[in-house]
Amino acid sequence: MSYFQAQEIAIQFGGIRAVDNVTFDVQQGEVFAIIGPNGAGKTTIFNLISRIYAPTAGKLVFDGEDITTIAPHRIAGLGIARTFQNIELFANASVLQNLLIGRHCHSRVGWMSQLAFLPSARRAEIAHREKVEDVIDFLELQRYRDALIANLPYGVRKIVELGRALCTEPKLLLLDEPSSGLNVEETEVMGFWIEDIKKDLGITVIMVEHDMSLVSAVSDRVMALNYGKVLALGTPPEVQGDPEVIRAYIGGDP
Amino acid sequence: MRYLFKTRYEQDIALARHSGDVFWYGLLLIVLLFIPGVLGEFYVGELGGLFIFAIVGVALMILTGYTGLVSLGHAAFLGIGAYTNAVLLAHGVPFLVSLTCAGLLTAIAGVAIGVPTLRMTGFYLAIATLAFGAILANVFQKWTAVTGGFDGFAVPTPSIFGLRIEGATGIYYVSLAVLIFVMWLTFNILRSPMGRAMVAIRDSEISAQSMGINLALYKTISFAISAGMTGLAGALFAHYVRFLAPDAFDILLSIQFLTIVFVGGLGSIRGAILGAAFVRLLPQAIAIVRDDLPFGIGRMPGLEPSLFGLILVLVILFEPGGINGRWLKLKQWFQEVPLHRAVSFRRQKSYARSERLR
Ligand SMILES: Nc1ncnc2c1ncn2[C@@H]1O[C@H](COP(=O)(O)OP(=O)(O)O)[C@@H](O)[C@H]1O
Ligand SMILES: [Mg+2]
Repeated sequence: MSYFQAQEIAIQFGGIRAVDNVTFDVQQGEVFAIIGPNGAGKTTIFNLISRIYAPTAGKLVFDGEDITTIAPHRIAGLGIARTFQNIELFANASVLQNLLIGRHCHSRVGWMSQLAFLPSARRAEIAHREKVEDVIDFLELQRYRDALIANLPYGVRKIVELGRALCTEPKLLLLDEPSSGLNVEETEVMGFWIEDIKKDLGITVIMVEHDMSLVSAVSDRVMALNYGKVLALGTPPEVQGDPEVIRAYIGGDP
Repeated sequence: MRYLFKTRYEQDIALARHSGDVFWYGLLLIVLLFIPGVLGEFYVGELGGLFIFAIVGVALMILTGYTGLVSLGHAAFLGIGAYTNAVLLAHGVPFLVSLTCAGLLTAIAGVAIGVPTLRMTGFYLAIATLAFGAILANVFQKWTAVTGGFDGFAVPTPSIFGLRIEGATGIYYVSLAVLIFVMWLTFNILRSPMGRAMVAIRDSEISAQSMGINLALYKTISFAISAGMTGLAGALFAHYVRFLAPDAFDILLSIQFLTIVFVGGLGSIRGAILGAAFVRLLPQAIAIVRDDLPFGIGRMPGLEPSLFGLILVLVILFEPGGINGRWLKLKQWFQEVPLHRAVSFRRQKSYARSERLR
């Protein structure tokens, strides 16, 4: 059975069928890309997986567990982390604090111990910090550790958001347009990070992406979406050569 | 300039960042302990009042400065704490017990207002908490069997282990102890997952949730802790005023509390203390200059509340960092002079690329 499955999921906003009967599955350890024009419903699929929206139909299964109706804050604990298209960092906190918040789903210390900051709380903090430092080393964020997010350039913020997601120790990582707003070199670096995340950390990745060079470089399979419907699904060359996909990108109604 | 070399992770979770901090805050504490022996009754009493307001400032800072939830109901929380303490004392309950009960009962009241308003933010939350305050002000007035209504309630003199806490000096020491306790709790919260969850909710609810933070739970916790601490302050406030009248806990007091956190500087405990000092000193300053003001401005009714409102607006517009932000800039200037650059101290507007792309 597949690692992650979306079975005929659908959601409507008013009259718009943002996601319409979409079915796909993702194998453990692969990079799965979702492409499509603006408004195709890519981000909405992520929002359905993170349980920000409830699907009007269909089923989501992760690692053998039905997650269709689970509470949104429990998703991270199951091992699904995400980044956002427009960066949703905690802007008035430092990089270190942001990354530590990524550890939240692993905190087990009782609230009384936290209030009194008992030795158990102190030990847990140190342990979290060590995990965070691993991510800082992995993404080479050392010199930004104490910087406030609001003072960081956009490209660094993207890496920090990726780092925050990694701090949750995810099994499945959802990346929403990891290259948007980045220049050519930064995009290339982002591609390397994604490959390392797949190869070194063994994390399964679903990414929404516009930059076809990045998609071809890192993804194993691609799903093309338009008006909430699946146009094509296959390897990057297959999907890029698909006549439906070409028509959707060049314009005109399908 | 002081450079800090960190060699252990413990240094980032320690309460004092370096030996300089330990020295200055230790010195401050010693001075505070000796003040009642030196200053007159009036000043000691005023400082006691400042400590009580500082407790509320820290409490409201947790809710507004760190969790991003506005409250105009904190005067009511103060009232619940004050009446709980006074009524229990009158029934012969020992002070330490009645103080604890005041904190706990007010924390429960915090949950009672926090849960129904879970989905509200900003303006709507302000109105909801305002309504809550108005309802409670009515309860304080009408529930005469317990509160004495407009006849007032004479607060019994408390004692701890047989030691009567009398006069300005007694309130001064107890308030100082409670303030230190509340600050210790707050610093613990801020260096724990709980405090980080609050900051996360303040800055982005959607990503807080996707990091595994239960929004409803932590907003409720924040309300409960903030209200509970305000309840402790209320208990002390009862002794500070000695005679409880229901109209003491009105919207103007809530606005003063909000002024503490905004003028002090959002997201800073030091700011809460500085803000409390400001709010306590402003009426004194008005009293001093009152008679010298031209055109009879000094005798205008409502001068004090309007001034509070005006200052609140001016600070939000021109110095969002509050007194604390100003203090940080001054400190930086002293450390860097003569190498400082004027531009570091000008207000900067930075546009993130994501904002421009929208
Ligand atoms: N919360 C919402 N309310 C109403 N419409 C929405 C909402 N979220 C997304 N949509 C609509 O759903 C469609 C798909 O949006 P989205 O998934 O963000 O597209 P993209 O593929 O560019 O990420 C768009 O037409 C968008 O306007
Ligand atoms: Mg999108």
